[in-house]
Amino acid sequence: MFRYILRRIGYGLLILLGVNLLTFFLFFTVNTPDDMARLNIGGKRVTQEQIDKWKAERGYDRPLYFNAQAEGSDKLTRTVLWERSVSLLALDFGRSDSARSVDIGHEIRTRMGVSLQLAVPLFALQLLVSISFSLLLVFFRHSRIDFWGVVLCVLMLSISSLFYIIVGQYLFSRVLRWVPISGFAPGLDAVRFLALPIALSLLARLGGEARLYRAMFLEEIGRDYVRTARAKGLTESVVLFRHVLRNALVPIITSAGAYLPYVFMGSLVFESFFGIPGLGAFVIEAISGQDFAIVRSMVFLGAALYIASNALIDIAYTWVDPRVRLS
Amino acid sequence: MGFKFVILATDLALWALFAAIAGYAWRVAHHDTLRATWLKVLRDPAALSAALVLGLFVLLTLADSVHLRRVLPAKPGQPAGTVFYDTRTESLLDVLLARQLAMRESTYSEPLAAHALTKQNILRDGQSVRDYPRLAHGGAHLANPATERLPDIARRAATGAAAGLLLAALGGLGLAWAVRRQHGGTGAAWRAMLADRTDLPLRALWLTLLVVCLLGGAVLALMGHYHVFGTDRTGNDVLVQTLKSVRTAFVIGLLSTVATLPIAVTLGILAGWYRGWVDELVQYLYTLLSSVPNVLLIAACVLMVQVALDKHPEWLDTGAERADVKVFLLCVILGVTGWATLCRLVRAETLKLRELEFVQAATAFGVAPARIMSRHILPNVVHLVLITTVLSFSDLILYEAVLTYVGVGVDPSTSSFGGMINLARSEMSRDPVVWWSFAAAFTFMVALVLSANLFADGVRDAFDPRARALRPRLGLRKATGT
Repeated sequence: MFRYILRRIGYGLLILLGVNLLTFFLFFTVNTPDDMARLNIGGKRVTQEQIDKWKAERGYDRPLYFNAQAEGSDKLTRTVLWERSVSLLALDFGRSDSARSVDIGHEIRTRMGVSLQLAVPLFALQLLVSISFSLLLVFFRHSRIDFWGVVLCVLMLSISSLFYIIVGQYLFSRVLRWVPISGFAPGLDAVRFLALPIALSLLARLGGEARLYRAMFLEEIGRDYVRTARAKGLTESVVLFRHVLRNALVPIITSAGAYLPYVFMGSLVFESFFGIPGLGAFVIEAISGQDFAIVRSMVFLGAALYIASNALIDIAYTWVDPRVRLS
Repeated sequence: MGFKFVILATDLALWALFAAIAGYAWRVAHHDTLRATWLKVLRDPAALSAALVLGLFVLLTLADSVHLRRVLPAKPGQPAGTVFYDTRTESLLDVLLARQLAMRESTYSEPLAAHALTKQNILRDGQSVRDYPRLAHGGAHLANPATERLPDIARRAATGAAAGLLLAALGGLGLAWAVRRQHGGTGAAWRAMLADRTDLPLRALWLTLLVVCLLGGAVLALMGHYHVFGTDRTGNDVLVQTLKSVRTAFVIGLLSTVATLPIAVTLGILAGWYRGWVDELVQYLYTLLSSVPNVLLIAACVLMVQVALDKHPEWLDTGAERADVKVFLLCVILGVTGWATLCRLVRAETLKLRELEFVQAATAFGVAPARIMSRHILPNVVHLVLITTVLSFSDLILYEAVLTYVGVGVDPSTSSFGGMINLARSEMSRDPVVWWSFAAAFTFMVALVLSANLFADGVRDAFDPRARALRPRLGLRKATGT
C-alpha cells in the first residue's frame, strides 16, 4: 500500500510536469512576451521601454526555453520556463500578468472557500438525489414509472444547462422574487444566494446521472447473488438497498470521483451566471482578460486535483470492496 | 445573374463526411450482419422517428453548406470581361430564405406581431404621437391589424397545416406502397401500418412525419408575411437565425467527433497491441490530457488560434471565410483535446482481442503486425467507435453553447445556439421581456439534441448487446423483435 502510494505520487508529479510544459508550450508558440506586454499595458502607443519594464517586473525578460548567454546549468535554469515552472511546482503562483497584478495564491485561497460552499453541498445532494431517483426507477423496473422516468431523464439531459439557469433565474428571482438574482454574501446569508444555483445545477445534471446509475443498478440486479438473495426470501427492498446498492458502489464511486475536480473548479458557468466570486468566475475573467499566469496556475491546480482525486478513488475501492488490492 | 462557388473549410469537411456516411450506408446494405444490426436500430420506434428528424436537419445543413458569391451588376465604365463579386458570401439556404432575410425591421418585435415592441415617436395626420409603430414587413399587408391580424394568422396557418396534412397523407401512402409486398396490397399495408403491425415501426415514423408536416406547413405559410419567431435587437428574423444555427451545431457535433477518431483509434490500437513502453506512453498522454480541465485546455488553444489569426489578416479573404476557419479550428481543438475516452476504450478492447484465437492464428501464420491491426483488430473495434461517436454528438452540441458563453466558442458573426442563448441572457432581464429568441433556440436545440440522443440510444442498443438489457420496457407492450 505504502509503495503503491509512493508510485502514484511519482506518476502524478510526472503528469504535472507534462501539464506544465504543455500549457507553456501551447501559449508561447504563438505569443511572445512582447505581445503579452502590449496586450496588458493596453493603449495604442506602447513604447519598447514600457514593454521592457513590464517584462522585467514580471520576470519575462529572460529567454523562454534556453539561455545561450549563461554558463553551465544556468543555460537551462535562467529561463522563463524554468523559473516559472519551479515556483509553480512549489505551489507559489506568483502575481497575475494583468495591470492589477493580483497575488494569485491569495486570490485562490479566498475564492476557494466560496467555491467550496457552492460545490460541497452540491456534490453531496447530487449523489443523494441521483441515487434515490435511480433506485426508485429500478424498484419499479419494467413498469410505467420506470419507462416514463427514463423518458424524462432523456428529455432532461437533452436540455442545455444554460436553459435551466436562464429560466430558473427568471422564474425564481424575477417573477417570484424568492432569491436574489446574483451576488454573494459571507456567512449564513450565503444560503440565500446559493440555494438557486445548487437547485438548478442538481436539476441540470439529474437526467444524465440518474440514467447512468439506473444502468449500473440494473447490471448488478442481473447477477447470481441477487437471485440467491431473492431465493432466500428477502424482500425486494432489502435486496435493493442492502445488496445491490452496496455492490454498485464501485462504479458509482468511479463516476462520482471523476467529478471531484469539478467540485472545486467546475462551476464555471454557474459561478459566473450568478455572480458568485469563486474560482470558476476567476477563471472566466482570466480567459477573457487573456491572463496567462492565472490560466496556467488554474490549469496546474486542476490537474493536481484530478490526480489526487483519482488516487482517492482507488483507495476508496479497497474500503468499499475488500477484494480490491492495490499493488 | 452569375455567381461563383465559395468552398469553405467546413463545407468541404461536411460534404466529405456525408459522402463517407453514404458510402457506409451502401456497405451496410450489401453486408448481411451489418444490415441486420442496423435494422435492429430502425425497429426501435424512437430511433426511427429520431432518424427522420435528424435527416431533415441534415438536409437543412446541406442547403446551408453550399456557398456562393454573386456577380455584381456591371458599373458604367467597367472594362468588358471583368467581373466583380459581392463580398457577401451566401449559402443556398440564404437564397431560399432571401425574402426572410430581406424582411428586416428596425428592432425587436414579438412573434407574429404587426407592431414593434416599444413605443416610438411617429407622425400620424401631421402630428407626432407616441405609439407602437407598424412593422415594415410583419403583417404589412393588413389594413387594420387590430381586427384582421388574428383571423389572417389562423387562416394562413390552417391552409399551411392542411397542405402539410396532404403531404403527410401522401407520405403515408408512399410508405404503405413500399411495404405492400409483405402485407398483400397497399390498402392492407396501410391498415397494418395504422394498427402498428408492420415489421418496422412505420406508425411512429408516419406520426412523426405528420407532426413535422403540420408544423412545417403552418410555419411556411406564415413566414412570408409575419416573423414567426419575432425579430431580434437588430430587427433580423429569429427563425432564420435559428435555422442557420443548425448548421453550426452539426459542424461542431460532427467534425469534432470525427477529428478525435484518427488519434484515438490509432493510439488505442497501438497501445493495446504493443503494450510495454508504447502502452505506457499512450496512457501517459491521455492521462495528461484528461487531467487538464477541459474548458481551460480548450480556452488556451482557442486563445492561441485567435492570436495567430489576428496577427495574419492576409491569410483569409472574406469575413465569412475567417469565421469559418475559426469554427473549423475549434472543431480540430475539440477533437485533439477530446480523444482520451475513446482511446481508453479502444485500448482495452485491443488488449482483449489480441488474445483471441483468430488473432493468435494470424500471428502464428506470420502475418505482419500492421496487417493484423488493420485487418483483424480495426474492424472489431468499429462498434465502439460508432457508439462513442453517436453518443458524443449531442454532448458536443450542448458543449458548444457553454463554450460560446465562456467566450471561446464560435465567432460572434456565426449564428449558433450558444450565441443566441448568450444574448437571451440580457433579453430576459429586459422590460418587457424578450422571450422569443430564447424560446426558438430552446425548441430547435431540444429537437436536435433529443433526436440525436434517441438515435444514439438505438445505435448503442443494437451494437452493444449488454446495453439492450438495460432498456426501459413496459411489461404490457408487445414484442416487436427488439
